[in-house]
Order: sequence, then structure tokens, then C-alpha cells
Amino acid sequence: MKRTLSISQIISLLICSIVALFVLLPLFMVVLGSLRTTGELVSAPLSWPRQLHWENYTSILSGDNNFWSYLSNSVIVLVESLALLLAVSCPAAFVLARMVFPGREVVFNTYLLGLLFPAAVALLPLYIVLRNMGLLDSLGGVVLPQTAFFLPTTILILRNFFRAVPNDLEEAASIDGASKIRFFWSILLPLSRPALAVVIMMSTVASWNNFTLPLVILSTPTNMTIPVGALQFQGEYSANWAAMLAFLTLAMIPAIIVYLMAERQIVAGLTAGALKG
Amino acid sequence: MQTAHQDSTWATASQASRTQQAPINKRLRTGTRWLFIVLCLLPSMILFLVFVLLPVIQAAYYSLYNWNGLGPLDNFQGLKNYASIFQDPVFIGAIIHNLVIVALSLLVQVPLALVLAILVQNVPGKRFFRLVYFLPYVLSEVVTGLIWSFIYDPNIGLISDLTKLFNPSAVPPAFLADTRTVLIAIFIVMIWKYFGFHFVLYVAGLQNIPAELFEAARIDGANSWEVTRDITLPLLGSTIRLSAFLAILGSLQYFDLIYVMTSGGPLFSSDTMATYLYHKGFQNFQLGYGSAVGVTIFIICFVFAIFYQRWVMRRDLAGAAE
Repeated sequence: MKRTLSISQIISLLICSIVALFVLLPLFMVVLGSLRTTGELVSAPLSWPRQLHWENYTSILSGDNNFWSYLSNSVIVLVESLALLLAVSCPAAFVLARMVFPGREVVFNTYLLGLLFPAAVALLPLYIVLRNMGLLDSLGGVVLPQTAFFLPTTILILRNFFRAVPNDLEEAASIDGASKIRFFWSILLPLSRPALAVVIMMSTVASWNNFTLPLVILSTPTNMTIPVGALQFQGEYSANWAAMLAFLTLAMIPAIIVYLMAERQIVAGLTAGALKG
Repeated sequence: MQTAHQDSTWATASQASRTQQAPINKRLRTGTRWLFIVLCLLPSMILFLVFVLLPVIQAAYYSLYNWNGLGPLDNFQGLKNYASIFQDPVFIGAIIHNLVIVALSLLVQVPLALVLAILVQNVPGKRFFRLVYFLPYVLSEVVTGLIWSFIYDPNIGLISDLTKLFNPSAVPPAFLADTRTVLIAIFIVMIWKYFGFHFVLYVAGLQNIPAELFEAARIDGANSWEVTRDITLPLLGSTIRLSAFLAILGSLQYFDLIYVMTSGGPLFSSDTMATYLYHKGFQNFQLGYGSAVGVTIFIICFVFAIFYQRWVMRRDLAGAAE
């Protein structure tokens, strides 16, 4: 960089860097701590670890502390929620966006009502509903309600996008003999890839991090997802901070990898949800 | 000649039959059309009604009873639960904590994000900063809460290490165990986790301001403070109002981090309305009372949202016309 920076740029850069340090330092301390023993954490906290203790990781990855159950449960919940969400919201958004029928606005506004409810309001009755359905302590008990809670934003975003597709396209398709379903499947959905990416990213992050609902629904450790599992792990290993830090590092890795790979879509997805809400 | 004549006869015949069949066809077509519409809407509607709308309605219903979630629902209380909520000092404390978090978010978090978004514009490595600032937002609340429980831990955490570094004889502070500091300590974690989100909103808002405006101002001799005050801030108005709206609504409903780090303690000093609901509903099994708390949270958020959108965001929602 040959370009010289002005004083104000240097100050700006300094402030931005300090804030970046504030963000990264805790994460760095966690990763560093995960490579020590708990004894070292207490006695020589700020020194560089003399020897890297990978056994914190190997004991989690090979031990009987349910890490793999938590991970696979989180993946199952994520995949099932996304599949269900797309399967039910795409057709609904299509009908609400591109067909005229009496009662359409009523249906649409009913979904929008969902944006107003904080999840906490419904939590207790939801627990009773799931108990009556026999879905307590099962992954289905997480998948179904969380998908239902993703519906309003998803339908809103997809409907707005579907509406923006020009009518000429649909007319051309129908002149060529394509049915509504054909138009939806072969033209509209492929065109809507950006909107689908936004919806998928939003729901992926929300599902992966969802805590309140799984906390209430899941009680057997082998049924837990990563966030609830992390608390469970903390309860079991409260005296062993080094193991806890290794667990946290392992829990962060998938999220960070996905974030680095799809940063643009994730940022767009999470902010679009807020803007449309 | 003959074929043409035949053709036209055929045409008339088929036209006649088509006119006759039209009403049936049309009825059939509207029938399938409706069937198609219903089939498309039904799955999502059922899911939404059963798991979102029905529980919310039930919450309002349960809130009128004294119920432990088991036995029959027969101990009707009217609005007594609501009256007791507002007589419980713990709940009043929880509301105050929510309001403190609202105030801190508006005074610290939102301005911080705004200032950083403006500063980052003329700095090399803009993309890197965005990448870093937004990172905590994608981490789960539980992981975040546990990371910071470690950072704040008086025996092994970064804070205590730094204290000992500067003053080896000092007793390391336990910010999360002290009723006076716990809320601030949690709020710092909330900044860490959420300011990046607001930052990204502002960066997006800044991108929507035409570059010519800045150039024109510079040519007219405005310095960077004048540009910020007279162009950037006014044109970011709608983003600022949205960011504040989301910060307030989020602060009013806050649960996850607090549950993980302190569970509302010590001595209810970090309780929020949502952690209060959790303790009453799921730990004491007061389902009627807990539902009343849920409805109260909803009403507070709803009234706030309506007023805010009517008075503060009116112009933004009305569209570009101003």
C-alpha cells in the first residue's frame, strides 16, 4: 500500500481495530484455553500454553458425553425444519402472490399476525399442546413449532419476491402450454433462488441456535441439540473448564465455517428478515 | 372447396358444443382452481394455526385460571393473575431491568454501531471489519453466554487475569455474582453479540445514499463533521428508526443470554420479564400465572410496536413520498 492515510483515517482505523479486538479476544481466549488443562488455566492464565493439550478434544470426541448425539440432533432438526418449511411455504407464497381469490388478504394477514408474537407468549401453551400430542422430548416437538414460527417471515419474503416476477413470463409459459404447477416449479422457483437463499440462511441460523424451545421440550441428554447440550455439558463438567472450552470451540466451528463460506448470503438473510419484519 | 366447407362445418359444430359445455367446464375449472388454492395453503395454515395461533389464544385463556398444568382447568380467577403480577416486586424489578437494557441499547449499542458504520467507510479493510463485527451474531446465545461466563469467571477468566496483572494483591471481581454489576456485565455481552447486526443495517443504509451528494458537499467545502451531520444522519433517519425499533423490541423480550449466564440471579437482580415467565411457568409449574406473564409481555410489546410505528416510523412506512 503506497497510499498514505490521513490522520482521521488512522484514528478511524484505530477505533475499528480496537472494536475488532473486543470481538475476537474472547473467542481467542476460548480456543487458547481449550488447549490447556484446567490446572494451567488457574495457575498461569495469561501465559502461552507450553504444551498443547489436545486431549480435551479427543475426550469429547471419543467420550460418552453425548457430543455426537447433540451434533446429529442439531443436524436432523435443521434438515427436517428446512425441508418442511420450504415444502409448505413455497406453495402458500405462490398462491398468495400470483392468484386472485376472495379471502386472500385475510389469509396473508393471518400469517403476518405471527410476526407480532414474541415466542415467550406461546411457550407455556405450546408445551401443553406438544404434551397432548406426545411430542415432548422428541425432535419432532422442536421441528414442528419452530418451522411454524419461521413461516410468517418466510412467506412474506417469498410472496414479495414471487410477486415481482413479471406477469408476461407467466402468460408466455401458459401460451406454451405450461400449467400453473409447471410454471411454479420450472420457472418461478429457479428464478427465486436469491430469495430462497435468504430464507434458507435465516432459518438455518435460527434453527441451529434455537434455545428456548429445545430447552423446554428436550429432557433426555441423547435427544438434545447443541445449545441445550452445551448447558447440559456445563452441568456435568462444571469443574473442568478446559473441557468446557474445547466443547465450546467444537460447537462454534460449524457455525463459523458456514459463516465464512456464505457470509454475504447470511448477512443479507438475517438483515432482510428484520427489514421485512 | 369441399374440405374447406367441411372444416368450417366442423368448426361450427365444435364451437356449438364448446358453448354448451362451457358452464360445466368453467365450474370444473373453478373447482380445481379452488382445490389447488386450498391444497397449497392448507399445510402451512395447519402448522401455523396449531403451533402459533392456537397457543397464543390458549395463553390468554389459561391466564384466567390458577392451574399447575396437570388436573382439570377449573379454578377460574378472572384477572387476578394479572393483578398479582403487578404486585410482585420481582416482576416490577424485571420490567425495570428490561427498561434499563432498552435504555442502554439506545444510548450505547445503537450509537456505537452507527459511528462504526460511518468510520469504516473511509478505512482500508472495510470487508474484514464487517466480517468480524457480524460474526458474534451468528453464534448461538448459549455458546456466547458460556464464553462470557468464562471471560468473567473470577478464578480463570480474562477479567480476573487482567486485574491480577495490574494489581497482584487485588481480589478478582465477580461481576456476574454482584447484584450491582450483573446487569452491566450482561449488557456488555449483549453489545458484543448484537452491535454487528445494527452495524450491518447502517452500512446497508449508507450504501443507499447517492455518492454524488457527498461529492457535492465536499466541493462546496463541507468538512467531514458537516457532511455527517447534514447529509449522512438525516438520510439515515429511517435506518436509525428501524435499528432503534428492533433494539427496543429485542430488549423487551430478552431471555437467552441471561438464562445461560445468571438465570436471573443473583437475587433476581438480572431477571427480565421472560426469565420471570420461565421461572414461574416451567420451574414452579404455575401455568396460569405464567401465561398471564406471557400475555403481559405480548401486550407491552404490541402497544409499543403500534405506537412506535404510528408516531416514529410513520413516514418510513408511508413510502418514499415525504
